[in-house]
Amino acid sequence: MKMQIKNGRLSPYTKNSIISYGLVIGAFVIVSILNSMGMVSSSLQGQLVPICCYIVMAVSLNLVVGISGELSLGHAGFMSAGAYTGIVVSGILETSGLPIYGRLAVAIICGAIVAGVLGFLIGIPVLRLRGDYLAIVTLAFGEIIKNIMNIVYAGKDSHGFHLKTNPDLGLEEGGRMLLNGPMGATQVQRISTFAAGFVLVLITLFVVQNIMNSKQGRAIMACRDNRIAAESIGLNVMKYKLMAFTVSAALAGMGGALFGLNYSTLLPVKFNFNTSVLILVFVVLGGLGNIWGSIIAATILTILPEALRQFADYRMLAYAIVLILVMIFTYSPKIKNFTQGFIDKNFKRKKPTAQTEGGGQV
Amino acid sequence: MSTKLNRDDVIQNTVYDVYENYDESKSTVDEIILPERDKDKDPILDIRGLGIDFGGLTAVDEFTIAIGRTEIAGIIGPNGAGKTTIFNLLTKVYQPTRGTFLFDGVDTSGMTTTQISKMGIARTFQNIRLFDKLTVEENVKAAMHNEVSYGLASGIFHGPKYRKQEKAAHERALELLSIFDMQDMADYQASSLPYGAQRRLEIVRALATNPKVLLLDEPAAGMNPSETAELMNNIRKIRDTFGIAILLIEHDMSLVMNVCEGIAVLNFGRIIAKGTPEEIQNNPAVIEAYLGKKKEAK
Ligand SMILES: Nc1ncnc2c1ncn2[C@@H]1O[C@H](COP(=O)(O)OP(=O)(O)OP(=O)(O)O)[C@@H](O)[C@H]1O
Ligand SMILES: [Mg+2]
Repeated sequence: MKMQIKNGRLSPYTKNSIISYGLVIGAFVIVSILNSMGMVSSSLQGQLVPICCYIVMAVSLNLVVGISGELSLGHAGFMSAGAYTGIVVSGILETSGLPIYGRLAVAIICGAIVAGVLGFLIGIPVLRLRGDYLAIVTLAFGEIIKNIMNIVYAGKDSHGFHLKTNPDLGLEEGGRMLLNGPMGATQVQRISTFAAGFVLVLITLFVVQNIMNSKQGRAIMACRDNRIAAESIGLNVMKYKLMAFTVSAALAGMGGALFGLNYSTLLPVKFNFNTSVLILVFVVLGGLGNIWGSIIAATILTILPEALRQFADYRMLAYAIVLILVMIFTYSPKIKNFTQGFIDKNFKRKKPTAQTEGGGQV
Repeated sequence: MSTKLNRDDVIQNTVYDVYENYDESKSTVDEIILPERDKDKDPILDIRGLGIDFGGLTAVDEFTIAIGRTEIAGIIGPNGAGKTTIFNLLTKVYQPTRGTFLFDGVDTSGMTTTQISKMGIARTFQNIRLFDKLTVEENVKAAMHNEVSYGLASGIFHGPKYRKQEKAAHERALELLSIFDMQDMADYQASSLPYGAQRRLEIVRALATNPKVLLLDEPAAGMNPSETAELMNNIRKIRDTFGIAILLIEHDMSLVMNVCEGIAVLNFGRIIAKGTPEEIQNNPAVIEAYLGKKKEAK
C-alpha cells in the first residue's frame, strides 16, 4: 500500500484503501482473538471461510459493475470454474506429498488462471454488447458454465487423470472420482482455512484498489463515465473493459477455489443465477465502486441468514425486510444528505469556491 | 511569423517557461487560410470533399478545406448547418459517406476514433463530456499516453516505473491545468466544477494527448464576455505555446472574427464562403445566410 499525499492530503483512493485494509485486518485480529478464547460460536466459525469467499466475490464483481460500469449477472460462473478447478487440482495433488498450504495455494492459483482465461474468452464477445444486452448474455454464460459442470466427470487413478462427459471413466481399482456430474464434487478434502481466506481477501483488495489508483483504473473509469470522450482521447474502450472483466474473473476464480475446498461435497447448482444475484446485491448495497462497502455488505449479508435462523419460518421474511431497510438507508436522498453533511463536517471535503457561471447551450 | 515554436522545444520546456516568455504583440491574426508561415509546408489537415448522409438527410456535403500547421481556423454557420458533424467526421465518430481527409499527409480512410487520437487530433465537445466521477487531475492524466506507458503489472504492483511515470504525469497535469489557472482545482470531482471551468478542463484534457490539431466545438458557449475575452487570449497562447493548429466552431462572432485567421461558413451542410474575417464579414452570401434574403427581411 502506498501513501499518495497531495498538498498534504491523502488522495481519496488512499483514504478508501486504508479503510478497507483496516476493516479486514481489524476484523481478522478480533475474530482470531475471540476464537482463541473460545468465544466464537460454532455456527459463525463455519461461516468464516464463506465470508472471506463472498468478500472476494463482491470486491471482484465491484471491479466490473462499479468501476467498469457493466452489469454482469454471471459472476457465480467464474466462481464455479475456480471452485472445481481448485477441487480437481487439490485432488490430484493429494498424494504428491505437498504440504497442505502449498496444495491450497496451487489450487487457488490454478482456479484463478482457469477462471481468468474463461473470463477473457467470454469477455471478447460479451463486451461488444452494452447495457441490458450485456447483462443478459453474462447471465447466459453463467448458466452455461453451470450446465457444463453438470456433465463433467473427472477422476484419477494410477494411470493419471481422466476427464469425460459421461460417468464411465473406467477408473481402475483404488482410483477416485473427483467430479461426478450433477452430483458435483464429493469427498473433497477440506483444506481451506480462515487464515487463507484472510490472505485472499488482502490480495483481492491489493489488486483492485491498486488498479483503481493507476493508469488502467483511470482508463477503466473514464470508459465508464463517458465512452465517446474516452475514445476521443485515444483509449481503447474494449481493451480496458476486457481487462477489468478478466481480472475480476480471475479473482472470482480464487474465491471460488477457496470456497470449493471448504466443503466435502459441492453441487454445481450451488453456482446458479441466485448466487450471481446474491453477489450483485452485496455490491449494490455496499455502493457501486465502494470497496469497503462491498466488504461490509458481503459480511453482514452472509452472517444474517444464519443469525436469523432462530426465527425459523420468518427467516427469509426478516432477511428481505433488512435488505429493504438497508436500501432505503443507502439510497434515500435525505439520508444521503445527512451522512454527506456528517462526512463534510468531519473530514472537511473541499468544495470548489469558484463563482458559478451561466448555463448556455449544452 | 516568429512566434511559431518547435514542437520538441515545447515538450522540453515546461509550459510555464514558454508561457512566461509569451509576447502578445507577436501574435497576428490577419492572415488568410493557410497563413503565410504555413504556406511552404503541407497542410496538417487536407480535407477533400467530405460528406455524410443520415438516411435521406445530407448533413455535410463537399466539404473541402486545408488547415495550416499553426493556423487558427473557424467554422461558422447557423444551427443545424453541420458543424459538429464535421468534427465527428474528423474524429471518426462517423465514417464519411463520401470523400476523405489527409492528416499530416496520411489518408485517414477507415481509421477509428482511437487511431485518430493517437495520430494527433484532439477535440472538445459541444455538450460537455468529462469523466464526471474522476477528479480534474485524473481527467487530464487519463489522456496522457506519452507520460504514462506502464503495463497492467506495474498498475497492480505500483513498482518504480509506476512511481516515476505517475509523478511525471502529476507534474505535467498541473502544468497543463495552469494554462487556465486551474491547478488548484486538481482534486475536485470534475462534475462539481462550474460550467466554464468544465469547458476549460475539456481543452486541457484534449491538450494532454499531445495533439497536432485541436478541435474546439463552441468553446465560448455559456461564457460571459470577460470569460470569452480571456478564452480568446488563451486560444492564441495555446497555439503559440504548442505550435499546433486549432479549428474551432463558434457562434460568438467577436471571438471568431478576432481569433481566426481563416473562416469557413457552412449552411445546410455546404461551404458557402471561405476567407479571412474581413472577407467573410463583407460576403453577401454570408449575410444572406445569417440575416435572410433582403426581400424576406424587408
Ligand atoms: N447521428 C445523426 N443522425 C441523424 N441526423 C443527424 C445526426 N447528427 C446530426 N444530424 C443532423 O445533421 C444536421 C447537422 O447537425 P450538427 O449537429 O452538425 O449541426 P451544428 O452545425 O453543429 O448545429 P449547432 O450550431 O446547433 O450545434 C442536423 O440537421 C442534425 O439533425
Ligand atoms: Mg454543433
